[in-house]
Formats: sequence, C-alpha cells, structure tokens
Amino acid sequence: MGQTMIEKIISKNIGEENVTPGQIVTVNVDRVMIHDIFIPFVADKFEEMGFTKLWDPEKVVLIYDHLVPASAVEDIRHFKIGDAFVEKYGLTHIHRSDGICHQLMTECGYAKPGNIVFGTDSHTTTYGCVGCFSSGIGYTEMASILGTGQLWVRVPETIKVVIDGTLPENVSAKDIILRLIGDLGADGATYKVLEFSGSTVDNMSVASRMSMSNMAIEAGAKAALFAPDEKTAEYSQVNLSDVDWIFGDADASYCKTITYKAEELVPVVACPSQVDKIEDVKAVAGTKLDQVFIGSCTNGRLEDLEAAAKILEGKKVADYVKLIVTPASRKIYLEASKAGYLTTLAKAGAIITQPGCGLCCGRAGGILSDDEVILATNNRNFLGRMGTSKVKIYLGSPKTAAASAIAGEIVEA
Amino acid sequence: MEKFTGKVWVLGDDIDTDIIIPTEYLALPTVEDMKQYGISPLRPELAGLIGEGDIIVAGKNFGCGSSREQAPEIIKALKVKCVIAKSFARIFFRNSINNGLLLIENDQIQDAVKEGDKIDVILGESITLNGQTYPIHSLPDNLMDIINAGGLVAAMKKRNGITE
Repeated sequence: MGQTMIEKIISKNIGEENVTPGQIVTVNVDRVMIHDIFIPFVADKFEEMGFTKLWDPEKVVLIYDHLVPASAVEDIRHFKIGDAFVEKYGLTHIHRSDGICHQLMTECGYAKPGNIVFGTDSHTTTYGCVGCFSSGIGYTEMASILGTGQLWVRVPETIKVVIDGTLPENVSAKDIILRLIGDLGADGATYKVLEFSGSTVDNMSVASRMSMSNMAIEAGAKAALFAPDEKTAEYSQVNLSDVDWIFGDADASYCKTITYKAEELVPVVACPSQVDKIEDVKAVAGTKLDQVFIGSCTNGRLEDLEAAAKILEGKKVADYVKLIVTPASRKIYLEASKAGYLTTLAKAGAIITQPGCGLCCGRAGGILSDDEVILATNNRNFLGRMGTSKVKIYLGSPKTAAASAIAGEIVEA
Repeated sequence: MEKFTGKVWVLGDDIDTDIIIPTEYLALPTVEDMKQYGISPLRPELAGLIGEGDIIVAGKNFGCGSSREQAPEIIKALKVKCVIAKSFARIFFRNSINNGLLLIENDQIQDAVKEGDKIDVILGESITLNGQTYPIHSLPDNLMDIINAGGLVAAMKKRNGITE
C-alpha cells in the first residue's frame, strides 16, 4: 500500500516506515511562526510553563503584521513584549514591517518542502503550496513547542482533489478554491488534508497554489499539499532531487476524491457571511459596491496585482467606490512598483497601502459600517470581520475585484 | 464519573471565532477585559446573560476560523461548563483541551433542545435532555492526560519540575 503526501512527510519526520490515519504521533517541529497578535500570550505561557530557553532559536520566526503600523496605542504593547522576547531568548528571525507572516514564511525560505511547521495563525496551511506540512495552533501549544520542539498530531486522512485542463481566461486559482470550499462545506475537510494534483495544478505558479493552500482552513482542513516540482524548487531554493519524494502514491488510500474539469469552472464569489456560501459571479452580478479590497495573504502577490493592473489599465474606479490595494510583502510592493503596476493602479484611483494584514483582519485601513458592501480578495467574510456586523463581505478573485471596482457593482471580469 | 447539570443557550452551525471574539477586541490586555464582547456580533446581550455552569449547545463546526485561543478562554471566562456541538473545528478543539474547556460531541439533541432547557451530563457516558438520554464518547487517552494534568500549562510545569 502506497502513502499519501502527509503520511510520507510525517513518517520521514518521526523515522518510521509508514503511519496510518488515526494514529497519534509526536513530531519534531522544523520551524514555528509567531505573529504580533499572540506574542504576549506565547511569552506569558512559555515562562509560566517554567521554560528558560528556546529549544532552538534558529527555528523560531516572529513577525509583526496584524498591527503594523499601529492603529491603536494598545498595539504598541505587543511590539514591546515581542522585542523583549527577541532580546531575552536570542531570536534571530524577526520581521517588524516586511509584510504578512504567511507570505514571508515561504518567501524568506523559512518553510520548505517536506518540513513540518506550526504557526499561531490559522492560515498557516499556506505553506502547503511548497509541499510543507503546516498548520495553525493556539498560543499555549506554541509555548510548549518553544520549550520542547515537539507536538502531538493525529495522522489525518486525505481528500484527493484533481483539477485537469486549462482554466478560462477570467477564472483563477481563487475561483477553484472557493468552488471547492462551497462543495465541501465549511467543515467538509475538518481534521483532514487536501492533496491537490492534475494538469491545471501542474501549470499553476507557486503563487496561485499559495492562494489555494491559504484558504484550505476555510473548509476546516489541517493542511493542503501540493507536490514540489521545478517551480517549487526554484522558489524555495532547494534541489528538486532532494524533495521529489514528496508526492501521493498512485496506490495510496484516500478518504475521498474530488475532480474538476478546468474548462467547466466559472468565476465565483463567497457571499455574506459564510465562506462556503458560493455563487457564480453571474448570479450576484449587479450588486452595488462601496469598497473593493485587493490584497491579503490569499491574493496580495505580484501576479494578483498584475492581473488587477491589466484590467484597470487606462480605466477608472467608479467614483463612489474605494479600491484598496495591499501588497502582501515589501518585496512584492517593490516588484509591483518596478513593473509599473502600482502606478497603473493608483492612476485608476486605487489607494495603495503598506504591506500587512490591514483590512483583512478588520483593524485598520478601510473598515466599513452598517449596510456597506465590499468585494474583497482575502480569505474570510465572517460577520463583523471588516467593521460592523451589518457589513456585507463578498470574496472573489483579483480579476473579479478589479472589474467590479470599475463597474461599481459585482461583474464578471 | 463527573456529573453536572446546566442551563442551555442555543447557537447555530459554523459559529466562528470572529463571532466568539471579534478581532477588534483581541488587543485588550486580558481575557477578563474581552469577555463582555463574547459572541457580540451575533448576540450582543448574551455575554451578560450567561451564568456559571451554563451549557452552550450548537450545531456543526463550532469554533471554525482563526487560531485565536481567546475563543475557548472567553467561553471559559464566562463560566460556561461545557459546549455540546455536532462537531468542532480542529484548532478550537485543541485550544479547548489545552485550556481545560470541556467539549462534548453530540448530533442528536439539536432539534429537540430549546434555550433555557436543563441538560444533565455524565462525563464519558451520556447526556439527558427532557427525559431522553443520549450516549456520548470519552476523549482519547493522550487528551485526557492533558485535561487530567489541568491543561497544557500545568502538564508542562510538571515536566519542568515546577510545583505549585
């Protein structure tokens, strides 16, 4: 019997021939990520547990992103506690304003193919885009990893998702993952792993895979994995021959297989206020918008800004719509600037913000009030996430967002 | 086996962590400061009404969404004795165990239960509502070890030789 990707990664990590779903094992953690929101709690719990040193300072990454730049005076406390923790325990990997944690973890090579990585943010599933088993945990568990370097996990079952063919021009990876979440339901992959394959996936950029692994948690998934290929090896700066063992065997055991034909997919949105409430864009076309957001760890990468810039080139955002564009990292910001995308977007009427979590987590940079409607490219449209609980949040692709910003209402790109 | 009885508050499916505690309150210094905002996007009055020993009954996928550990901590700070739901989201489930918040999976009582009902619980055995008894499972051993130690902090203290 062959093994799924997650079974291979866990087996190798613990030095066993194989593992079976349901088995509880203790894994050795390759890297952890802590973000600004939770560092005070991690620091507290770590010391309360009686630890006096980190298991390995080199394996710990601290990233300020949700609160950068501070929009409330209380936020500063998080930076002070974080900085003190860095100093006291000798952390070397600290990012104070470089971008969103999930972008930086792969962009800076902290999360590599075959690694096991945990982070204090639920979208830690993102690093599965390079074949890394990564998942979100709470701050108490993070504190225990900082002391021990280990965590118990239940070996998950795997859902195989196969997408073959060529996507229509106005359909993106975001539309595929939204469609999948709609088909699975918000709890359809709870405790399970999504393993993606097929020719559509093979032809995708790492960035597109990233927007899919990022949203896997919205179906409850523990991880979302893509087998590393040449593109991954180049992006993660590893030798493909060192990581080409990471793939699902043809005779592995899957709890379910879901297949899509790329040609049959259409642009979709998640409607207020559940990520699995998926409708074709056509079905909600004409919905008036007050704001459009292009950014986040789901869709704030260069290809997303490029897609938006191509649509907005020489056009104007509807005069009653605020278009907010937030690159996912400083590196992307600079690349988009160099390529002229930021200029194109600004000329079209976009507000370009600093890289960071910004509006996605509802703390700053464009929060909304009762009955306002936003189309956003991020990963969550929960009640109250971007302002009051009466804000209506639609989630869609950067292409849909850019076209809708011009129209002032939801339209297909 | 521990037994208790609690008054019921009813919530629906997919109660996410942004509902349990919105992001805007996460930078407040303590969970005690945050707890008045618990479940506020859905029912602003609820945090003020929940009493010690009450039970939340919900549908599927309770606690889905972010990794914020304040979600189970706030439910605990509101002195809720346990949450009974059809299913729990993965991170919320781990966080609850690590903080000693009791979770019970049951998908049979949701249609029958009304807010204000009383539920009798015998841990690891059964729950009883309006004279009808439903079996419940016990948790795996490794999780019971953490709960029996008093949560993950206590378990780590024990490992590090710290005594209260």
